[in-house]
Amino acid sequence: MRQTSLQDVTIESRGPVPAVYFRELWQYRELLRFLAVRDIKVKYKQTVLGGLWAVLQPFLSMVVFTIFFGHLTQIPSDEMPYPIFVYTALLPWQFFSNGISNAGNSLVASSNLISKVYFPRLIIPTASLGAGLIDFFVAFILLIGMMVYYGIHPGIQIILFPFLLLFAIIATLGVGLILSALNVAYRDFRHAIPFLVQFWLFATPVIYPASIVPEAWRWLLNLNPMAGLISAFRSSLLDQTVLWQDLAISAAVSLALLLLGIWYFAKTERRFADII
Amino acid sequence: MSDIAIEAEHLGKFYRIGCAESRHQTFREALIEMASAPCRKISRRRRPVDETGTGDPHSIWALRDVSFRICQGEVVGIIGRNGSGKSTLLKILSRITEPTKGRARIRGRVGSLLEVGTGFHSELTGEENIYLSGSILGMSSMEISRKFDDMVAFAEVEPFIHTPVKHYSSGMYMRLAFAVAAHLDPEILLIDEVLAVGDAAFQKKCFGKMHEVAHRGRTVLFVSHNMTAVQMLCNTALQLDRGQLVASGDSKSVISAYLAESGNIPAEKDWPPESAPGNEEIRLLSLRVSAEDGNRSGVYQSQCNLFVEMNFVSNTTHSALCVGFDLVTSQGETVLRSYQTDLPQDEWLKAGKGDHHWRCIIPGGLLNAGVFYVCPRISMHNMYWIVRMEGAVQFEVILNHGASPFWASLDSRSRPGVISPVLKWKSVAVP
Repeated sequence: MRQTSLQDVTIESRGPVPAVYFRELWQYRELLRFLAVRDIKVKYKQTVLGGLWAVLQPFLSMVVFTIFFGHLTQIPSDEMPYPIFVYTALLPWQFFSNGISNAGNSLVASSNLISKVYFPRLIIPTASLGAGLIDFFVAFILLIGMMVYYGIHPGIQIILFPFLLLFAIIATLGVGLILSALNVAYRDFRHAIPFLVQFWLFATPVIYPASIVPEAWRWLLNLNPMAGLISAFRSSLLDQTVLWQDLAISAAVSLALLLLGIWYFAKTERRFADII
Repeated sequence: MSDIAIEAEHLGKFYRIGCAESRHQTFREALIEMASAPCRKISRRRRPVDETGTGDPHSIWALRDVSFRICQGEVVGIIGRNGSGKSTLLKILSRITEPTKGRARIRGRVGSLLEVGTGFHSELTGEENIYLSGSILGMSSMEISRKFDDMVAFAEVEPFIHTPVKHYSSGMYMRLAFAVAAHLDPEILLIDEVLAVGDAAFQKKCFGKMHEVAHRGRTVLFVSHNMTAVQMLCNTALQLDRGQLVASGDSKSVISAYLAESGNIPAEKDWPPESAPGNEEIRLLSLRVSAEDGNRSGVYQSQCNLFVEMNFVSNTTHSALCVGFDLVTSQGETVLRSYQTDLPQDEWLKAGKGDHHWRCIIPGGLLNAGVFYVCPRISMHNMYWIVRMEGAVQFEVILNHGASPFWASLDSRSRPGVISPVLKWKSVAVP
């Protein structure tokens, strides 16, 4: 017998200590990949347009927003053509909004797994973000086309881009974890999430620039993690000045949300199988 | 003690029935409760959970103070009635849910088969599902790749491995699902009644696989209602009753003690006279199946003579009255039909006016393993039915004809065939 490979597990009502919790998460990293790949493969199965939907969704939103907010309402767009101004923000926004609603519903959708087999539950909402990330990159191709069309080149700020994406993932995961855990116990959230997403859009500088918010109140706006991040996305891609203070606040809030999300998730996940 | 695989100490699991409803129905109520009475909430949290479970009608101890030790390589059956806590115990040991009290120490990787097909997605192909389901059950992708061909061969789905499983027949789907699970190779395997799937041939294959696992020195915990299977597979058994461990030890003795307790399967039925089946001529008052040795538990060894006893009250002396029953398997196959009028006419029992207790003897060494229904049949011969009920009582037969030691070592729970009689064998001189 491979005595050395035998791992001792103690099952108690207190749950595992943090070190064990994260070690296990690492051991199951392959499952994270398989679940994410499953979501990606399944997402556009049996659709005619397939992956085109990933572009079509932000594109159509862009068209509608351009007509209503760019032309009819004449919302300022920091000297940028409104379509590219709004599309640049729509990419991270759609990643975030689809991400939190997918993650929020992911546990309930996997209830048969949760009640039948053990693995770190954190993997389920985390894996649900994978498909959104692919969509993000697919839709990004259109953005490159638009930048060429409008003759806009990114500046040196582009080096920020990978970090911004990382923080967008952090913020999405943080909010997604909280929503998913709440949704298990209180199915109210299934109905509340669509509204939450709708209202959140208006609290985020997607259709308007952060500059229309008075300087004195900007910090309040940036408590919304996506606010500072989306402004910075624009800056990094469209060669605008980076508002470092806004970005710093939003990034800090993103990290705080992730920690809060993991803490709340770990605290409640032990009851999932009993109440799901 | 390095050879202990599982050690449970005072395991307890407390459930509130309709958990979410009884505490706070919605998030709104939870918020209100939290905001309005923080002190009360804390004090309620601190209150120790009611040990007896009697104080709160909406709570139950699904498992209470269960302690045991299982050594490496032991194959242990867990038996007990529905709701006795068997599945809860497996869920705790497989870490799906946490115990309310006590603790368990487990040495080695645990694989649980609480349901086959966990994590299958109908849109994905067979191959994709093997990898997905395998990794959910805890296998690494290298391990899955190594066993991939075996799994496909075991499931007999080679030609369709690149087809989405939604196009599979239910049999293929299930075989593939079990194949993945069966190739999980953990040190400790927890199984919950997965054998109740598939056609007879596949069941046999599954059973063989489990036998193989058990014989490879793996620790196996097997929850089942199928006493034959438990007896075949397991050397030791644990019996749970209402959440408590009531017996443990050698599987044969635990099982027979369990069977001797009455009422696992209703093997007798009494009807109140006013609603008894029949007409003015005849009313069936009771029906019962028992063993010759007095066992009335509803689970019988196949070597015993079985008594089918019918109690009826008659108002007629008609000579064409036929009293009997159909014996039907759980698959709905009729094994036999018998009437008292099958015998030579001078041996017929006569149903004159009054109360009658009749007994039919099903000889031991005839029936195959399985669950059987007794369907009472009373008629006026070739004229009309008086009683024609389906499945009034039920009993289970465990295959053990006793006559030969080989009967006890059958690697499946039943012989092929509807019946499994012990027939005569003779050597004859060549003419």
